[in-house]
Amino acid sequence: MTQRQARLVAHFPGVNSTTVWSDPDSGSQIDFASFAHFARTAERGLFDYVFLAEGLRLREHGGQIHDLDVAGRPATLAILAAMASVTQHIGVVGTLSSTFNEPYELARQLATIDTLSGGRVGWNVVTSPDAFHGANFRRGGFLPYEDRYTRAEEFVALAKRLWDSWETGAVLADRGSGRFIDEQLVHSVVHSGPQFDVRATGSLPRSPQGYPVIVQAGDSPAGRDFAAANAEIIFSRHADYRAGQQFYRDVKGRLPAAGRTEDSLLILPAATFVIGDTDADAAEASRAIGFAQTTPQTAVAWVEAIWGRELPGLDPDGPLPATEPGAGEQRLGQVSTRVEDRVARAAQLRARAAAEGLTVRQLVAAETAAHTFVGSPETIAAEIDRHVQGRASDGFVLVPHLTPGGLDPFVDRVVPLLQERGVFRERYETDPETGFAVTLRRTLGLPQPPRPARDAVKREAAA
Amino acid sequence: MSSITEPKQTAPPFTVGIALDGAGWHSSAWRDEAARPADLFSPEYWSELVDTAERAGADYVTFEDALRLQGAAESSPDAPAGSRTLDPARVEGRLDALLTASWLAPRTRSIGLIPTVTTTHTEPFHVATALQTLDHVSGGRAGWQLRFSADRTSADAFGRRPPPELDIERVFAGEPEAGLDALIADAADAAEVARRLWDSWEDDAIIRDLETGRFLDRDRVHHIDFEGDGFSVIGPSIVPRSPQGQIVVALLAHAAPIFDLAARTADVVFITPENEAPAAGASRGKTAADLIAEVREAEAGVDRAALGLHPLRIVADLVVALDTDAEGGADRVARLDRLAGVATASDARVEAGPVERIADRIAAWRDAGVDGVRLRPAALPLDLGLIASELLPLLRARGLANPVASEPNPLRERFGLGVAPNRYATRRAPQEVSA
Repeated sequence: MTQRQARLVAHFPGVNSTTVWSDPDSGSQIDFASFAHFARTAERGLFDYVFLAEGLRLREHGGQIHDLDVAGRPATLAILAAMASVTQHIGVVGTLSSTFNEPYELARQLATIDTLSGGRVGWNVVTSPDAFHGANFRRGGFLPYEDRYTRAEEFVALAKRLWDSWETGAVLADRGSGRFIDEQLVHSVVHSGPQFDVRATGSLPRSPQGYPVIVQAGDSPAGRDFAAANAEIIFSRHADYRAGQQFYRDVKGRLPAAGRTEDSLLILPAATFVIGDTDADAAEASRAIGFAQTTPQTAVAWVEAIWGRELPGLDPDGPLPATEPGAGEQRLGQVSTRVEDRVARAAQLRARAAAEGLTVRQLVAAETAAHTFVGSPETIAAEIDRHVQGRASDGFVLVPHLTPGGLDPFVDRVVPLLQERGVFRERYETDPETGFAVTLRRTLGLPQPPRPARDAVKREAAA
Repeated sequence: MSSITEPKQTAPPFTVGIALDGAGWHSSAWRDEAARPADLFSPEYWSELVDTAERAGADYVTFEDALRLQGAAESSPDAPAGSRTLDPARVEGRLDALLTASWLAPRTRSIGLIPTVTTTHTEPFHVATALQTLDHVSGGRAGWQLRFSADRTSADAFGRRPPPELDIERVFAGEPEAGLDALIADAADAAEVARRLWDSWEDDAIIRDLETGRFLDRDRVHHIDFEGDGFSVIGPSIVPRSPQGQIVVALLAHAAPIFDLAARTADVVFITPENEAPAAGASRGKTAADLIAEVREAEAGVDRAALGLHPLRIVADLVVALDTDAEGGADRVARLDRLAGVATASDARVEAGPVERIADRIAAWRDAGVDGVRLRPAALPLDLGLIASELLPLLRARGLANPVASEPNPLRERFGLGVAPNRYATRRAPQEVSA
């Protein structure tokens, strides 16, 4: 019986406190050399793709720009294009908001990168409804929270029609007849819906993949349904084995209703890692990194974010505040510190601190800087293998704690062991006819999505 | 005022740029034997063009772009949905210019990269941060050819706002037109937002202070608090200040209202002198000296030094078709005209012939006071190859082109723009700076 193959993604370290900037090995988060190194390292490790999150506004804490974590990152599309330029095989995938972009423009931008990269681009569709981010955009916070997936659905559907608006063979480039295009094969898209009212024709020939690999990270029931209908990859938060198996069953169980097969959707949880020569070495390194990720100031600010107010004088080496949380938003622009029920969350944290005898800083380290995979290379390879064979995931999105060299030890030490286990590729696939790199969708082993019947498109166009 | 660095008034270096678009600037150029019409969307094609320009020592390349197909006639509101208005005889389709430049940046080392990015329907925040990213990736070689969209087709492609209402005939005749003024005001706001965002991080904002646990000095990262008539942007940028700080902003302008926009927002203005074709619009028939006078008059109405801007670099556009051993440039244009069925109609003067003739034209314009020339090859890659192998060496010999750069240098420097002051840093009191 063949073993299930692991998929690996390299997440460029982001702007959470988990990215350690105090380490002497921590390099620039913005110089292109860092992105080139990271992408090339991931490609050396035969990863499926590199991934970048998106910044639409700098985070704020207590009404001021949050200054404790790494801040400042490139615009997603431009850096994806540049990373594709310095690699040959690996995919480049980024987060792009369906709220603060427009289908015609974004479809064209992604098709451009797909064309330039030979079909290696992917799009993590994220909904961002809030006015905080909207303050950087023409329309402001225009979208009610409950409409965010309505817009995402309509956005993706419309973008797919635009991506299909040039049929294969539309470019004739025939000097003799003087026809550059066959205008019968280039179609207008006319769309009118609750979110978009568009009349357009895609502005370049169909790209190598047709459209980018669609990634999605939502976890709510609406997010899971959106993923089941649209996504080819879910960037999940369920790296724990049991929780991972539950999530895997839940989401893959939604596929038949959407008319899809199990292998048309990959589930890739985010995972951090600390590698040591031995498991004991790694455990010690993990503790040290956890404390580097949780400075005293970061610990206090995190508790303030959960408590929803300033906590002047809170001792990071003392207990949690005795007072109850407030109702304010202390931290803006960050998902991981958003809390529905502050009082309940505070009670939960107090219970943990009491049970484990933790100071504020120790508690915050335990809550935010616990690493997914900690161990020797052998241990980590075995764990990844176990998750994949046990259908707790199809692989992982690995998030190093250092820019740009944090991925190197994984590539050097863990990847060879996964290969030995027969669960990770030995080389990238190339197209047997052209000798060129294959598309990202093919690298991922995802099925080629069917193109809509051209007759249907024509009918709509003529309607 | 005294805190802003006074731009130096020395004569800027004379620049030679190349404007790239599809198979060249003649609408039938793709049918030429030497053309590569099947490759217009291939990365290799673009890489080779820019490589040729860089090796030849051109100062920069520009990339055309628009939010519509080239041949798409205006779709009228009552046209049947989906009715096609494409012209099968011309090149249709383009890659996104900014992303093409971003892809080319790591593959080049010294040439300036100036993509066209439109403002009317796009998000100023996305535009500004993408350009900063290009500047980071290229090590300070980014420029922006700012363009706005007056057409219904682009508006329909977004569908967010009603199409601009303007009388294109009046615009073309250079007459006052309120619809145009509104578009210009919006473009000026987008440019202002971009310039503020580009300065919103001071160069030394990243401190990595272990003592206080702070990565950033938040006092050196600024909200821009832009509030215009049409939109507001709070900032700061998500991108730390880029190598050039202020990216070179360029505008193609034919008429007084656009000269005014250039005077308020741009570093470089492309003009189209000595063209009798109607496509030159309000510039039709005007000499380089006429247009320079108009640009300088527009500048006189703006305190550019207070905005941290140098005098506009005035660059003349010229479509060139060079002689080959087999065929004269003029013969080639005539042949391509016959294929098109109409005489070529460009907004810029078309100069065909031997390199000496092109060089004479450029020398005359330099003597009239232009700061550079942007060559639009009539046919690609043919005319670019000739520009590289014959025209640029001749221009260099005549002191009309810069030496081939051996070191990567910022695009600002090529235009003699110097280091850009930061509008936020200069507001800090001197004692704080030295503290």
